[in-house]
Amino acid sequence: MQNSPSPAQTPNRMRSIGGADSSSAGPANRSAGPVAVIAANGAITDVLARAQAGDHEAFAQLYSLHKRRIYSLCLRMVGNAAAAEDLTQEAFLQLHRKIATFRGDSAFSTWLHRLAINVVLMQLRKKGLLLSSLDEAMEPSGDNGPGRSFGAPDLSLAGAIERLALERAIAELPAGYRLIFVLHDVEGFEHNEIAAMLDCSIGNSKSQLHKARLKLRDALRMKSRQEARS
Amino acid sequence: MTSNPETMCCAEFQAQLPDLIASGAEAAAHPHLKSCEACRGLLADLETVAEAARRLFPGVEPPEQVWEQIESAIEKEEREKDGKAGREGAAFLTKS
Repeated sequence: MQNSPSPAQTPNRMRSIGGADSSSAGPANRSAGPVAVIAANGAITDVLARAQAGDHEAFAQLYSLHKRRIYSLCLRMVGNAAAAEDLTQEAFLQLHRKIATFRGDSAFSTWLHRLAINVVLMQLRKKGLLLSSLDEAMEPSGDNGPGRSFGAPDLSLAGAIERLALERAIAELPAGYRLIFVLHDVEGFEHNEIAAMLDCSIGNSKSQLHKARLKLRDALRMKSRQEARS
Repeated sequence: MTSNPETMCCAEFQAQLPDLIASGAEAAAHPHLKSCEACRGLLADLETVAEAARRLFPGVEPPEQVWEQIESAIEKEEREKDGKAGREGAAFLTKS
């Protein structure tokens, strides 16, 4: 590893395209134009192939491309920077051990996220913060999700939601809701990709995302109400 | 209960909402919303939440030390692997 560049030295060409998916446009390519995506995917395929062959420089480039998304996911799931750093480290170590087994059946970022999610879920289980399965986490006992929304809206979420308020509300979601919300609404993954990552059905992913949004809406409305009173 | 979009109640509309939003269709154009202020407000709120979430991307950069730790852990694993392979090779040569 002595010859590996620091990820900070990774060429901008590689960093600017974020998603690094070799087999799909993928969520992180959502802002790139079609020509840029094709060129980027070619470059990524090459980096991936070299990393699979044991090239440390290529592995450093993969880290550079994906570190922000993986770290942010870990941070949102555990809410603690030191723990998120440990989980990010473990996820990339797992990646290093397993990268040769990646066959391209899914986009690389989907595969990497699945691997990172497993690391996070294992940690949450160890800490007793997650029930025995993701299914249970997605259907929290004692709290069967947000209430129905019948009746006149007494207070709507008019205008922009403050970033900090949203981050706090996300942090308070049950782990299963939080995971799907972050993957879909923040990271931009599609339901079929999330279903593959979490071994759940597409319908389940849609339904859990909807419940997560409803819970966030309830939490943000409550905060607005409290602020209006004070 | 009916599935007619023109006459459906709020419960029916909200039961369909996850699929409606995920389909990418123009949910705001659904006939139920013409006459239902509550569901219009709900949909607007959900869209506001999703829009605010998109602005959270791409998130936070990990500290530089995370990569340093990954590098040193990989080095350690590779040294151990090489050491193990070396010991196994030596054992094979001793046997034969």
